[in-house]
Amino acid sequence: MYKGGRIIASLVFVVALLSLPFFYNMGKGNKGPVINLNTSAILQLADKQCVEPTEWMRANHMKLLLQWREEAVRMGKTEYINSQGKSFKISLQTCLHCHYDPALNTSDQFCVSCHNYTAVKPNCWSCHTWPKEAGK
Amino acid sequence: MSLNRRRFLRKAGMVTALGLGGTFVITGLRGKVEASEYETPQQGLVAKRWAMVVDMSKFKTKEDYNRVIEACHSVHNVPGLGNPKDEIKWIWNEDYEHAFTSQNNRYMKESVKNHPFIVLCNHCENPPCVRACPTEATFQRPDGIVDMDFHRCIGCRFCMAACPYGARSFNFRDPRPFIKEINPDFPTRTLGVVEKCNFCVERLEKGLMPACVEKSKGGLIFGDLDDPRSEVRKIVSSQYTIRRKPELGTQPSVYYLVGGGDLV
Ligand code: SF4
Ligand code: SF4
Repeated sequence: MYKGGRIIASLVFVVALLSLPFFYNMGKGNKGPVINLNTSAILQLADKQCVEPTEWMRANHMKLLLQWREEAVRMGKTEYINSQGKSFKISLQTCLHCHYDPALNTSDQFCVSCHNYTAVKPNCWSCHTWPKEAGK
Repeated sequence: MSLNRRRFLRKAGMVTALGLGGTFVITGLRGKVEASEYETPQQGLVAKRWAMVVDMSKFKTKEDYNRVIEACHSVHNVPGLGNPKDEIKWIWNEDYEHAFTSQNNRYMKESVKNHPFIVLCNHCENPPCVRACPTEATFQRPDGIVDMDFHRCIGCRFCMAACPYGARSFNFRDPRPFIKEINPDFPTRTLGVVEKCNFCVERLEKGLMPACVEKSKGGLIFGDLDDPRSEVRKIVSSQYTIRRKPELGTQPSVYYLVGGGDLV
């Protein structure tokens, strides 16, 4: 092979370079986000369920929030009756009432830690407020 | 094993069909919305056509004006930017000459001419701002309130050009640092979004009167113009009231009672 040694050396180098991120992240991944479900409001709940069953919320919370927004802002329907007939006020503050933990930093709050982990950047908080920011 | 072109295409097609079918099954299962419903809150105040009467005889001192302005601006997180160029306002003072441009005669009673009027969005029956908005961020509710969905506003400012009353303000700067005390129950706005008075839809749905009305000591009267027994309707049909620029045909829902007392 013409200049075989160099070709093989370069190939090895390129493969090593491309796999660098893999080695760099080895053992670090898959720790998962730290999700805090121990706020005082959640601990007091007899039936520890979000507005809908957890599995469903995990997959569909973003769709539900978008629909909440349409119904509340455009239709004036600010009450949500869930699949079990329980009613909730449509507001991000309803979510925060359970999921916000005043003892934690913003970056460790329920929704932020998971969105950071999955690199999702919702822009809710550019207008809606954390309880902590209020009154400042 | 060598694939000829025909066999390769057939296999690729089968795999694609399988994949598409699979995602359909999965999203079909997960995306299924459970039996849930949306309702308007029971304690909310409802009307066919919300309207406001401003009784000018009740606005005498600076305090009378500032009290209602402050009530509105604090619950709605309206920033105090401190300069008229960037100013955001939902309800404010305007002199007679600028509020009632076409009803202006040279030798008018001085007390009227120099007396500031309280102005806000008129929640027009034929709102030009709604027609101008390309995204339907500004829309008219069935009860007559011209509301905004800030999520949809793209900041084109067509509505500001369309509104003949200057009722809309644009956020040229990030408003958050200029809000004295944030009310978490109402959103703030961001840079590049238009805002204006919303007749306190968020309070009406809780059964409360608008914030300015509550603090006006009777200077602002709010109710259903469609209901013959309502106070606003009684005033409008029995006393002399004026509206801003009625000749434009927008049919404002804010009426000014100017013969109500000794002042004007
Ligand atoms: S006063 Fe201006 S902003 Fe308000 S409804 Fe009329 S046109 Fe629209
Ligand atoms: S600035 Fe916003 S509300 Fe006004 S017309 Fe444009 S999108 Fe509509």
